[in-house]
Amino acid sequence: MKKVSNRHPNFAIFAFSLALSLLVSTSLIAQDDAAAAATTEAAAPAGDGSPCGPGDVAKGKQLFNQNCAACHALERRMTGPALAGVATRLSEDEGLDCDWLYSWIRNSAGMIASGDAYANRIYNEYNQAAMTAFPTLSDQDINDILAYVEAPPPAPVAAAATAGAEGGKADSGGISNELILGALTLVFALLVMMLFLVNRTLRRIAEANGVVLEKEKAEKGLPIWKAFAQNQFLVLVTVIFLMLSAAYFAYGWFMQVGVDQGYAPIQPIHYSHKIHAGDNGIDCKYCHSSARVSKHSGIPSLNVCMNCHKSIYEYKGNPEGPSAEDLAMGYTNEFYTGEIKKLYEAVGWDEETQSYANEPKPVEWVRIHNLPDFAYFNHSQHVTVGQIECQTCHGPVEEMEIMYQYSPLTMGWCVNCHRETNVQMEGNDYYEKIHEELAKKYGVEKVTAAQMGGLECGKCHY
Amino acid sequence: MMKNTIQGLMVVAAAALLASCQDTREPNYQYMPNMYESVGYDTYQKVEWLPGGSAALLPADNTVARGKMPYRYENSLEGKEMALAMASPLDSLSREENLEVGAELYGIYCAVCHGNKGDGQGNLVKREKILGVPSYADPGRNITVGSTYHVIYYGLNAMGSYANQLNETERWQVSEYVMKLKEDLTQ
Repeated sequence: MKKVSNRHPNFAIFAFSLALSLLVSTSLIAQDDAAAAATTEAAAPAGDGSPCGPGDVAKGKQLFNQNCAACHALERRMTGPALAGVATRLSEDEGLDCDWLYSWIRNSAGMIASGDAYANRIYNEYNQAAMTAFPTLSDQDINDILAYVEAPPPAPVAAAATAGAEGGKADSGGISNELILGALTLVFALLVMMLFLVNRTLRRIAEANGVVLEKEKAEKGLPIWKAFAQNQFLVLVTVIFLMLSAAYFAYGWFMQVGVDQGYAPIQPIHYSHKIHAGDNGIDCKYCHSSARVSKHSGIPSLNVCMNCHKSIYEYKGNPEGPSAEDLAMGYTNEFYTGEIKKLYEAVGWDEETQSYANEPKPVEWVRIHNLPDFAYFNHSQHVTVGQIECQTCHGPVEEMEIMYQYSPLTMGWCVNCHRETNVQMEGNDYYEKIHEELAKKYGVEKVTAAQMGGLECGKCHY
Repeated sequence: MMKNTIQGLMVVAAAALLASCQDTREPNYQYMPNMYESVGYDTYQKVEWLPGGSAALLPADNTVARGKMPYRYENSLEGKEMALAMASPLDSLSREENLEVGAELYGIYCAVCHGNKGDGQGNLVKREKILGVPSYADPGRNITVGSTYHVIYYGLNAMGSYANQLNETERWQVSEYVMKLKEDLTQ
């Protein structure tokens, strides 16, 4: 925050009223409360306030997030310039007063058309992206927003503090677990040692008393393996049993060749389906849009990532923070933010200028699901026509931190599903007649995919 | 019999050992790999000699894909102004069906930010991941079916283009549904 001396004749009153309004506003949530207290501390001694009049920081934050945040951030260039301390900056550097700001916010296009020098300069500097007009914002609303951008709450500090506290908690949890395990191991080792000692003592006592142990007696008889070898029937049964079990395991091994169930390769960018599809509830078909209309459910191109990640440049996590499990795996907020930077690197996005300034580098994703070329599978036929949920075949993707192949994708698995799944016949007038006839032929109410020809070789192999 | 049990146990242990060796980071063995992998290039396959090193290529310059028509307005303020007056080419007699499809597509592609009702309160906004998504009824943005189509086609400010996820008909269906949401919001 810049310190400005005597910019406004009665700025002290404003600073005071700002502090007062912050203190008396009752609608603040806890974090804002702390933040507001911090800003009053920061703002009051520095002698800075909203330069255009008193404003409510909390209300300003709300208005800012609703109206401005799509294109503006506080400390960071987005579609439009960074707005922290914008009124101060304008009056200091450009000699523009609050009236200029008011009219710019309400009708920027009009100001550009009227030939205002700074308006045209900023318009051209930001790739001629026109700012939406906000005629509905009152002077007071704008003052609230300005109060918020002049004195942004020091949220990162609070967040870091809570994160640190949580990290500490998680760490202590891990240590105590290890301690308990260690203690248990020690107790177990002691018990084993005691057992040995007792055993040895007892043996000595037995020897001293002249008792002959049972084991030594048994050794004098026929050895058990000799007895076994002499019994030919037993040998035959054992050999048959061994051969059968060997065949069983060999068959099991041969059958799993070519099945990639559970395959979870390391991808060049760590993409968490759990965060995207689970936590944020983004539809599968948002990214895999070709599953709706084509044979393939394609890997989304990076422009689809950038639909959101143009705005989301860092991972802030859940309100409840990362779980102990995630932390143990190294999935911290910083880790995920680093992965977003990898995306920027690949797509050639320059964060400074907010443009695709750099050379893009293709991401070499590792393919997980791969049907052999001799099997035909069509996604749209299942997803759009059959209305099958993605999860039926791909499993609980919204819970997968690392994507893996859930189903075996074998022919037996396909055939089994075709036998069990009923065809969606409602609202499908085109095939009404053939559905009716098939139902009559098989004497059933609902026709399965198999009865409709879903088991015929040529359906998938041709 | 003792030996039998031990041997059985050993077989089970060996099988378990083999199973544990299976590395989920690597693909499994295949019987006949040349039946799994095409002779032709796969989509997105790495191909050294092609431009960009990938089998995914852009259409040749100055060509139009079969069944597609170029969009007539350019991505500029003037283009957006012109698009305001554009009317939907979809058959108004099948409006109900179009709105139904539009609603489904809206649910997939738009609702995550713009909200199911179009009030700008989608899940990502509620979770404060993306901020400042306006309501369709915002009086400052006088959206029409044409300008909605234009914005879906090119994107606007922080919003990206959805031209590669929705085809032309689908874009119009979504635009019509957006106008319906706007009507519902302003009522």
